[in-house]
Amino acid sequence: MNTIAEQVAPIAAASEVKVETPFRRFCTAFLDSKVATTALIVLGILIFMALFAPLISPTNPYDLAVVSILDSKMPPGTKSLDGVTFLLGTDGAGRDLVSAMIYGLRISLGVGVMSGIFAMAIGATVGLIAAYFGGRTENIIMRIVDIQLSFPAILVALILLAILGKGVDKITIALIIVQWAYYARTVRGSALVERNKEYIEAATCLAIGHRRILFRHLLPNCLPPLIVVGTIQTAHAISLEATLSFLGVGLPVSEPSLGLLISNGFDYMLSGKYWISFFPGIALLITIVSINLVGDQLRDVLNPRLER
Amino acid sequence: MTVFIIRRLVQSVLVVFVMSFLVFGGVNLVGDPVEMMVSDEADQEERERVIRSMGLDKPWYVQYGLFVANAAQGDLGKSFVYGEQALGIIVQRMPATFELALAALLMAIVIGIPLGVYSGLNSESRFSKVIMAGSILGFSLPTFWVGLMFIMVFAVMLGWLPSTGRGETVELLGINVSFLTTNGLSHLILPAVNLALFKISLVIRLARAGTREIVHMDFIKFARAKGLSTQRVIMVHLMKNIMIPVVTVLGLEFGGLIAFSVVTETVFAWPGMGKLIIDSIQGLDRPVIVAYLMIIVLVFVVINLVVDVLYSILDPRVRIQDVKG
Repeated sequence: MNTIAEQVAPIAAASEVKVETPFRRFCTAFLDSKVATTALIVLGILIFMALFAPLISPTNPYDLAVVSILDSKMPPGTKSLDGVTFLLGTDGAGRDLVSAMIYGLRISLGVGVMSGIFAMAIGATVGLIAAYFGGRTENIIMRIVDIQLSFPAILVALILLAILGKGVDKITIALIIVQWAYYARTVRGSALVERNKEYIEAATCLAIGHRRILFRHLLPNCLPPLIVVGTIQTAHAISLEATLSFLGVGLPVSEPSLGLLISNGFDYMLSGKYWISFFPGIALLITIVSINLVGDQLRDVLNPRLER
Repeated sequence: MTVFIIRRLVQSVLVVFVMSFLVFGGVNLVGDPVEMMVSDEADQEERERVIRSMGLDKPWYVQYGLFVANAAQGDLGKSFVYGEQALGIIVQRMPATFELALAALLMAIVIGIPLGVYSGLNSESRFSKVIMAGSILGFSLPTFWVGLMFIMVFAVMLGWLPSTGRGETVELLGINVSFLTTNGLSHLILPAVNLALFKISLVIRLARAGTREIVHMDFIKFARAKGLSTQRVIMVHLMKNIMIPVVTVLGLEFGGLIAFSVVTETVFAWPGMGKLIIDSIQGLDRPVIVAYLMIIVLVFVVINLVVDVLYSILDPRVRIQDVKG
């Protein structure tokens, strides 16, 4: 008896060190791909830069005391009149491009993430309600979703912004309205499957309120696909915001996102001053690609059908 | 079947009406067109004359009623900027946009299918990995930035192709087209490739997935066993079968091409509908904005209706489910 217990103990202790929680399994699976890990690190750096833009950026691009029109359109690497080196040159207003890009990233990521979060909250709620209650409610909701999704996102956003006008708040609202339907459809899809499982039946038998069942029981089990769609949609929202700003219907000139910086540089491109459009574009590209790569890996890891 | 079509028709009409209300109501809140029409020195009398001539003195529901009544007769108001019928201006610009969209569609097929089939047949080769990486880039790159880079490289640095405009046009069946003159064609290449980029990536993925699935099927093995050349097996037997999903999806995506041409047209100053709407939004040319949005809504409603009806004919499950619901 004693000997068996002594033999078992070390094994138990060893397995305790490496308990396989679902979260840890998820992390291991995610970090399995080098590309996705790199993308995640890059994304982390970008978010860090966006959050702490005032501390990181070499100059404040909005501070009129620092920005001088005499420094405008300097090629990368030139020194300013004050002796500051412009690593990536300056834009048409004489702003240091590195600083303008960091601040632009802040706006681009901010608009993308904010609209994503609100759209997800609205879409998930509506989708859950549709799947849970079914019948006429579901029919009406899904018909609206179908109709909206039959129009391309850029067109809906263009119509909305033609009506709403320019501004960070307005483009965020437009992006929320454009995106909620994707989340609603995704959540409804997985909630329809979950609704018929025993634990929901058990919860219903316990006479728990609808709201509690929806958000405490149904929602957590619909999260994986929601997270995947959330990442991809956020990348999409950032790209869409840049496009709309480029078209001149998104953000006002006073708050340049990466898209607006590119748009400003367009005017100088034909005279060979490529850097004003080129570098913000690269920054935008890196942001979108790294979010997409993280999203792709999340999809692979969270998909139960792909046995790993 | 009839019930299904009637239901869809009613729904389409409803969508058009709701959209007309939203568009008209929304656009009426944007800016003050009177400010643009009259000069700063104009006196009150002059201002009121302009307001009356544009019908802006009436209450909004009268304006909307008039708008619907006129729209039904094809009169969507006169442009503030051009002083012509808004509908006429848009119809004039339509061929340019359609030419661009069709050229992009053609490129998606001509470039996308061979690359997709190749990477489906040799999925482990280095070149097919390059193709797949390229298609991920094609999905991620913002269209407008790629367009700018095209201009920078091919027009500014290399000087091979013109950067903006439509070039010489020739009249074909009463419509001006660019693709029949060398000058027009050289203007068409960059915008068309730019617009097609996203669809090329899409077609590559579809063709690759289709090829990988079909290549293992019995009829391909049989065709090989029969002694047919590899070329014939791929070009005839394989191609026929991967074309079905590709054609379906591209048909659906044509509307998207027209919508996205707004971006490409702005970058390349292509004189189509998309450039017109952006100019009009910036100039607060309300009748043109309203007319454009109504036309595009109509185009999409028609596309969706046709696709729905075709699907219900091909797949009876769709309409049974719908009528039950």
